[in-house]
Amino acid sequence: MQGGLERATGERMVLNFGPQHPATHGTLRIVLELDGESVLKATPHAGYLHTGFEKLGEHLDYNQYIVVTDRMNYLSPLSNNFGYVLAVEQLLDIEVPKRCQYIRILMAELSRVADHLLWLGTAALDLGAFSVFLYSFREREKLYSIFEKTTGARLTTSYTRIGGVLRDLYVGCEEDVRQFVSNFPKALKETHTLLTRNRIWMDRTKGVGSISGEDAISYGLTGPCLRAAGVAHDLRKAEPYSSYDEVTFDVPVGTNGDAYDRYLVRMEEMIQSCGIITQVLDNMPDGPVNLEDNKITMPNKSDAYGHIEGLIHHFKVVMDGHGVETPTGEHYCATESPNGELGFYIVSDGSGTAYRIRIRPPSFFHFQALPHMLEGGMVSDTVAVLGSLNVIAGELDR
Amino acid sequence: MNEEKEVEEQSKPLVLEKLEEHYADALLAQDETRGTVVIVVRKEQVYAVLEYLKTDSELAYTFLVDVTAVDNSQMESELMQFDYARFMVVYQLYSFQGQCRVRVRVPVHENDLNIPSVTALWKGANWLERETYDMFGINFEGHPDLSRILMPDDFEGHPLRKDYPLRGRGERERFNFDKQNA
Repeated sequence: MQGGLERATGERMVLNFGPQHPATHGTLRIVLELDGESVLKATPHAGYLHTGFEKLGEHLDYNQYIVVTDRMNYLSPLSNNFGYVLAVEQLLDIEVPKRCQYIRILMAELSRVADHLLWLGTAALDLGAFSVFLYSFREREKLYSIFEKTTGARLTTSYTRIGGVLRDLYVGCEEDVRQFVSNFPKALKETHTLLTRNRIWMDRTKGVGSISGEDAISYGLTGPCLRAAGVAHDLRKAEPYSSYDEVTFDVPVGTNGDAYDRYLVRMEEMIQSCGIITQVLDNMPDGPVNLEDNKITMPNKSDAYGHIEGLIHHFKVVMDGHGVETPTGEHYCATESPNGELGFYIVSDGSGTAYRIRIRPPSFFHFQALPHMLEGGMVSDTVAVLGSLNVIAGELDR
Repeated sequence: MNEEKEVEEQSKPLVLEKLEEHYADALLAQDETRGTVVIVVRKEQVYAVLEYLKTDSELAYTFLVDVTAVDNSQMESELMQFDYARFMVVYQLYSFQGQCRVRVRVPVHENDLNIPSVTALWKGANWLERETYDMFGINFEGHPDLSRILMPDDFEGHPLRKDYPLRGRGERERFNFDKQNA
């Protein structure tokens, strides 16, 4: 980090950054201790968006909790839905049908692209590149139309269910996705021409907010932030869950761990995700999307209305005190969300409600490491570094 | 390759074998569920065990994934098994080298909520321990700044304890909107 400390005057000023500041993208607060323009000390404060998601998990049944997961990382709710139901399914020792696994991968990768696009737009906007924001939101809008048609909602998707998904893909989904994937690399190239060799962008991000691989591990960074620091770790490769072992993709890795590398890693991840999406569409198996186990998944509407067994099964799945019951035990399941390792640790007492749900949010660790990246640098870099980490207040505070 | 063979022959994970060799007196229980080794460790030796797991070159659990706790006061089976310890502090570790996970659980009694801090081993443990303190009241000894992180500083109680009600203890109704520095 290039220091402004040589120009230090010895006079100290405390600057309160946030909790409501345009560049915090949520309610984050950093207390900066400045000497001139250099940052002597940075103290991040979390908790402004604390909503008690973990406490709620002890009172909602397993299917009800899916709607809460939407609100954690609200930029990629589909990934959260996915990670959560996977944890419950592993606790139940069940495996969903192949088609369901593929649909989930498809949606998780689309939401990874959407998440990175929003990150790209806002991070560039923070540093004054307004046109990038428009370009990336144009592409993101196409994805959100697909999400809306698939799940019925743009933001609070709640698409997965224990043992399946809400419904199969809509007619024409494949064409929509294929059209997006074929146009997207060209659109992303426009952004590359705007930023990647742009003098101003490079000056603002290169060597800014650097972290070494060793420190990144010590701080618990995951996802693009860890990979930008040179650690080639991706849970989709390390612990392939839900058919990720059947697709091929590369894991982009940076060298300097600075804001510029985090930018490059995310840019390449979007292209890799498009590759995964194409493979998933090419090999999409036919068959049911839901597990055929009436103790776990809802029966068809026609069965629920037309047959007494169907009605009973419907009743048992949705009623309070019945529902999906997991065996007594505990399980930790981690998935590679767009921001990094999103883990769910579930302790079950054998009832239809979790005894304890712990969420391991990637943003929590990224925000904690912020002083390490800021101290000794310039105050204007704060926005660049914070932007490059993509801290989402919803999952930070839960 | 040698170690892999041994593991196959005895079908016991290397980590359990090595811990039994070096820290047999620290282990209260051990298990392997769904591909993860789970060990229950005595509180007095938790720092030594975690340090060993991190620094041993064959195990190399260098990545601290998570620190949290569970209030077992309504979980009779757990209470019985671990001498009526109310809390269970849970560490999740990951090894890049072996691409495997281990979960370390530590029973903590309500009348002695102290447990050594692992901030010296992992920088990321700082906020995790603060959150566990905030939510459960576990006191991490040796932590540089054990203050609340998600709840306000003047908050009373620990919200994730089982005796804390879902809708709070009237904090919402009593909230003073006129308070100058709220």
